[in-house]
Amino acid sequence: MTNALFCTSELLAVSPAINTPTFILFGVVLGVLAGGYVLGLFLGRQPETYINPAIVRSFNARVRAWWLMYAILIAAFILGYHTTLVLFGLVAFWALREFITMTPTRRGDHRALFWVFFIITPMQFVLVGLGRHFYHFYSIVIPVYVSLLVPARIAISGDPKRFLERSAKIQAGLLICVYALSYAPALLNLQLCRVNAQNVKVSWNDNYGLLFYFLLMVQLGDVLTYAWGKLLGQHVIAPAINASRTWEGFIGGVVSTALIGIGFAWATPFSLLEAGCMSAVIAVMGFAGSMTMSAIKRDRGVTDYGTLVQGHAGVLDRIDSICFAAPVFYHLTWTFFTM
Amino acid sequence: MFSSHVGILGLTPLARRHRADNNTSMRLTGQTLTGNTLIVLAKLLAGASVRWIDCQPDTCQRVYFANHTSHLDALVLWSSLPLDIRRLTRPVAAKDYWEKGLVRQHIASTFNALLIDRKNIKVHRSPVEQMIREIGDDHSLIVFPEGSRATGEEMGQFKSGLYYLSKKRPDLELVPVFIDNMNRVLPRGEILPVPLLSCITFGAPIWLEAGELKADFLARARESVQRLRDT
Repeated sequence: MTNALFCTSELLAVSPAINTPTFILFGVVLGVLAGGYVLGLFLGRQPETYINPAIVRSFNARVRAWWLMYAILIAAFILGYHTTLVLFGLVAFWALREFITMTPTRRGDHRALFWVFFIITPMQFVLVGLGRHFYHFYSIVIPVYVSLLVPARIAISGDPKRFLERSAKIQAGLLICVYALSYAPALLNLQLCRVNAQNVKVSWNDNYGLLFYFLLMVQLGDVLTYAWGKLLGQHVIAPAINASRTWEGFIGGVVSTALIGIGFAWATPFSLLEAGCMSAVIAVMGFAGSMTMSAIKRDRGVTDYGTLVQGHAGVLDRIDSICFAAPVFYHLTWTFFTM
Repeated sequence: MFSSHVGILGLTPLARRHRADNNTSMRLTGQTLTGNTLIVLAKLLAGASVRWIDCQPDTCQRVYFANHTSHLDALVLWSSLPLDIRRLTRPVAAKDYWEKGLVRQHIASTFNALLIDRKNIKVHRSPVEQMIREIGDDHSLIVFPEGSRATGEEMGQFKSGLYYLSKKRPDLELVPVFIDNMNRVLPRGEILPVPLLSCITFGAPIWLEAGELKADFLARARESVQRLRDT
């Protein structure tokens, strides 16, 4: 069964490749990470009067997390399309696990949750893996059919208490952690093209490069928003949601992400202006994702989704901005940069 | 599949003798294919994070007593112990359930479960005496003093076995354990688990105080488990 599915996908998929510009992009990021590591070592040796050791620790933790993400991602890319899909599927599964763990459910939700974890989540990534011709399935199954299935399954189990709230929570978890995230590997399905100097559309098949560019811009958006907020932050947007997110950080983060996005335009099918717009959109959506997930966390009275796990930030804390930016980036790219 | 670790300590001990038919096996508990598979499964499914608060892992003789909400409790608690402690630790389980069928027998022997006869209790041989005899001078126990799995949020009252056990062996460290979220992973009456993240908290050991009344001791023991919920 699975084999048959994968064979079909190989026929239908666009067989994306990793080209030289993408390897250069990998190399640049590797260099930046190495620089970050050295900077972390250097900062760690400074006397505490110069720099707050808590900031150094959190900086080093972030750099370590990036090394890990970078290594896993590159390994998956090199192993190919299906490995990349499996990787994103596992991340979605784990994020959903954190989300539902933090969300109060009742005994009557058990069977519905079983469906959600073991059938719907894998199915979404199998559908994405079937290629772009299955777009009409992977874009619809969760938001439409599963949104009908989940409340029905809960209703059958016969517990009416806070029914709408419970259904909505499970649906929200699925939409954010599974559905939205699956748009990131779905970028590999697109038949990309770019407009050349003669104003003619030419095929551009480095989908891995585009996916990497997207993830890079999301992470940069996160960290630049944080950095600008620390440097210039005056006007907190919503103190009850997140006390460290400011308008200055937001604007600075979006503008600087757009500028860096322009700097990396050579690795994408976008022109300079287009790369700037795309990166700005990614940064705005990433910011929206962080704010939304912060709101959910505050409501549940936790600081990180991973708190229950080991006292450090969980998977969902790391991918919230990716989840929000992925569908928008996918659709913009699909509309303007495919054959 | 994993089932009914009935809190056997819940049975009122009736003094009585009866032949020990379940010898303490001396092989390394759980160091088998089944054992390792179940441990990996438990860790993946329940994703338990383990916390030791005012208590360190130790191979001294202990009784781990925990709240009971799921079939998987004993398995998850057992696999959360470090290997050298795990192989000295025996979950207490119901004989009538675990001797039914080869699969259950195999699993019970993998855990080196201490099977207690709850149907056929003779006057001279109580479950507590059987436990004391079988743990000897080196084994620890896992017990669920509520007697059976709780259905609601609230923990049930503790049965008296824990009291009689520590009255006869006052040297045993009684370690309270709170198992959080397992009722959502596999609630009572469900067969299929949902892979949520759970948390196991070990608390500071307690002992039976000299002259402490049964009811007071049991309430204190229950309180010690409940307190771990909020820490």
